[in-house]
Amino acid sequence: MGALEKLFYSPVGHAVSTRAGLTDPPTLRRGRTWPDGTMVLAPLGASTLVADTLDLLGLETSDPIVDAPADSPPGYGSRIGALVIDATDLTTIVGLEDLRAVLRPAVRALEGSGRVVIVAREPSGNWESKSVTRALDGINRTIGKELRRGATSNLVYVSADATPNDLLSTLGFVLQGRSAFVDGQTWHVGGASSIVDALSDQPLKDRVIVVTGAARGIGASIARILARDGATIVGVDIPAAGESLAGVANEVGGTALQLDITADDAGAAIAEHVARRGERIYGVVHCAGITRDKMLVNTDAERWGSVLDVNLAAQIRMNEVLLDPAIPGSVEDGGRIVGIASTSGLAGNKGQTNYAASKAGVAGLVEAMAPDLADRRITANAVAPGFIETAMTARIPFIQREIFRRSNSLSQGGQPEDVAEAIGYLLDPASAGVNGQVIRVCGQNLVGA
Amino acid sequence: MNSNAVIVGGNRTPFAKAGGPYAQASSHDLLTSAIDGLAARYGLSGKQLGEVAAGAVLKHPRDFNLTREAVLSSSLAPTTPACDLQQACGTGLEATIYIANKISLGQIDSGIAGGADSASDAPITVSEPLRKALLAANAARSTGDRLKALARIRPSHLKPLAPGVNEPRTGLSMGEHQALTTKRWEVTREAQDELAAASHHTLAAAWDNGFFDDLVTPFLGVAKDSILRPDTSVEKLSKLKPAFGGPEGTMTAGNSTALSDGAATVLLSNEQWAKDNHLPVLAKFVDANVAAVDHPAGDDLLLAPVGAVGHMLERNGLTIEDFDLVEIHEAFASTVLATLKAWESEEYCTSLGLKGAIGTLDRSKLNTMGSSLAVGHPFAATGARIVPSLAKMLHDLGPGKRGLISVCAAGGQGVVAILEAV
Ligand SMILES: NC(=O)c1ccc[n+]([C@@H]2O[C@H](COP(=O)([O-])OP(=O)(O)OC[C@H]3O[C@@H](n4cnc5c(N)ncnc54)[C@H](O)[C@@H]3O)[C@@H](O)[C@H]2O)c1
Repeated sequence: MGALEKLFYSPVGHAVSTRAGLTDPPTLRRGRTWPDGTMVLAPLGASTLVADTLDLLGLETSDPIVDAPADSPPGYGSRIGALVIDATDLTTIVGLEDLRAVLRPAVRALEGSGRVVIVAREPSGNWESKSVTRALDGINRTIGKELRRGATSNLVYVSADATPNDLLSTLGFVLQGRSAFVDGQTWHVGGASSIVDALSDQPLKDRVIVVTGAARGIGASIARILARDGATIVGVDIPAAGESLAGVANEVGGTALQLDITADDAGAAIAEHVARRGERIYGVVHCAGITRDKMLVNTDAERWGSVLDVNLAAQIRMNEVLLDPAIPGSVEDGGRIVGIASTSGLAGNKGQTNYAASKAGVAGLVEAMAPDLADRRITANAVAPGFIETAMTARIPFIQREIFRRSNSLSQGGQPEDVAEAIGYLLDPASAGVNGQVIRVCGQNLVGA
Repeated sequence: MNSNAVIVGGNRTPFAKAGGPYAQASSHDLLTSAIDGLAARYGLSGKQLGEVAAGAVLKHPRDFNLTREAVLSSSLAPTTPACDLQQACGTGLEATIYIANKISLGQIDSGIAGGADSASDAPITVSEPLRKALLAANAARSTGDRLKALARIRPSHLKPLAPGVNEPRTGLSMGEHQALTTKRWEVTREAQDELAAASHHTLAAAWDNGFFDDLVTPFLGVAKDSILRPDTSVEKLSKLKPAFGGPEGTMTAGNSTALSDGAATVLLSNEQWAKDNHLPVLAKFVDANVAAVDHPAGDDLLLAPVGAVGHMLERNGLTIEDFDLVEIHEAFASTVLATLKAWESEEYCTSLGLKGAIGTLDRSKLNTMGSSLAVGHPFAATGARIVPSLAKMLHDLGPGKRGLISVCAAGGQGVVAILEAV
């Protein structure tokens, strides 16, 4: 800690910063926990998609209080845990008023780390209907920014053929504490004829999942969270990081593979490690990554090339091998690929052209892979972390770090486990309908799409 | 021995010069780290194994249960039994034999063999006069007697004694013994320096090729063997002053092993256990042998492995040509060279009761990934370093390939073994 940083966290510094308006950020609800208060379900039409999904999740719901055109809006009386809105029948601008009328009392009554979840259809129909679909996105993002005390708002678009079973893992994730740092986000769930009919505490039981960059930071946390969910972890990191990699592997009861992912035979080495154990890979999480930050005017070919190679090219090379069904130990049908993008890639970030290129590239990669792998029922998705508290971000100078950390709707940096939980959700066999998505885990960072 | 004991793999710390990066680490720390790296590589965390056998040569009294304590500190199940075993520089290989034998006899189905030594953390003892004075003071009945006993202590008695590396029966250090052998077998300085340079160069190449990526786990931030000098050369080595054998001696610090810190482990099991636990198998542990010489009567201290190898080959019906790779522990470059000469000597071999000379080794099969001169030699660890490395090399060559291990040890003993790739 630098002197400035120490002062900031000292009692005196704390008093000054509080007066300057920098309040302590809220403590977020995390893990496989549901909201405390009532779960309010607001169907805005005849659709029972959301009601049926909440049923599968075993959640009891109550009816919403609807804002009346009176002077003082009616209240819930006590704090509510979540408002889940089924907007799948919402197609008109007039209908948006129904949405406002359930949102207003609920937002006011939402508990700390409470949830607003809007479920809507993919854009379809006439001009008005399509624009209404998009309007929901604007509403969601704005609610996310207005909510306080760690409450979040997220929007899920579902395709017409998606069933409650397809939606189950997504609704479970957004309502539970696992989505603590996912706020103001929008993603899609397609129809996948999922037969999973309940949320499991160990959805990854006995499934082999490869995590690169597992020796520390976000990768280590991913290994821990996925192991908690039952996975058998193969942790990969460079040989020089072997000591901490071994510590993580032993902690989660997995295995360690010391390997530089930029090696030509990295994919083959991973497949061989798994094949030797007589297994096949269920999921690959490409978490290994590096930064070599410089303004573009100071970025030479070496800085450019090394970041693109580790963060993007190596991933493509490994995927090509690991997705070849003829190779023993490669990814099985119904498997999962998860990449780690970054809000720096989606929004751009000064001093990080090389990194932004690689991370936006990862987003492009999963979008490109998803349709190609669909016939093998393999999904490819990415998460895009914002500011996450790790050794990588601890290197950012203090003032800049404090600004980054607070410039999101939750006024704090995310924890590595927040990224890991989002990845666990994507890896869940019940998430078969989530494909080609890039989900930001950024607390609704001010920068970025 | 039936051939059911197989080598799954191994793990070691990088080896380092004594007093270097591991100066603050104990044998316990080193062994624990090596076991943990092994557990991580093969997914053994929380698992109970049949037994762990390991040892240290420079051993603290506090380490009376070194291996068991290391197991308890490690991620293995605390219900894994362990024992300490010690046979000087043969410890690591002898521990491997012990575990392999138990597996072959069906007493255990899996086990870890290993060794650790920290020359940095060597046990320091008090001098004999100080020990006697303290005992007398302790036994004294009156304060006066006690003071009298303590008054006998002289400043020189307070100097701590480093562990003796001299042979108790001859008073000669190992290097001095080997200097006699070097002279007797007419091993030249040039040949020694060539062997030493080759050891560094082959080890460096092995590191560059990633050979050790699944054999070594970093420790305390050290990722590679730190004694290794990739850029050394016969020319550079030839400039070093003699360290043993007087001013005319040919043995230098460059062609003798350095005092080292490190730990190594081998995972062994029967084939079924390996299969049940989804583990790869590199090689079979075929046979092993131990022999000793009468060095107090003038035998070459470090040539005991010659007889051990000869008798082991005869009983297996094998000749030296039947081996694809040979690992001879480089205690000193001249130990290896004298061993090779002894193998070729009809006279020496028959004097050991062998039917004839062991034969001439094709040098391209010898220590192909470096050996102790470049890696270092934490005494008890060396055998457990060689076994998994050789098993991996043989496995890479293909099923049926055979390898020979020869390790010399203090006290005029030799431990040897045969591995065969699966
Ligand atoms: N920390 C953040 O705020 C943040 C934000 C957005 C994205 N990310 C991404 O999340 C991932 C993890 O980030 P982190 O903060 O935990 O970083 P970190 O530096 O703490 O960990 C990265 C790990 O990857 C390993 N690695 C690097 N190059 C490798 C290679 N060639 N082969 C094998 N392993 C290699 C490193 O040894 C290290 O253990 C990275 O992809 C990073 O770009 C992080």
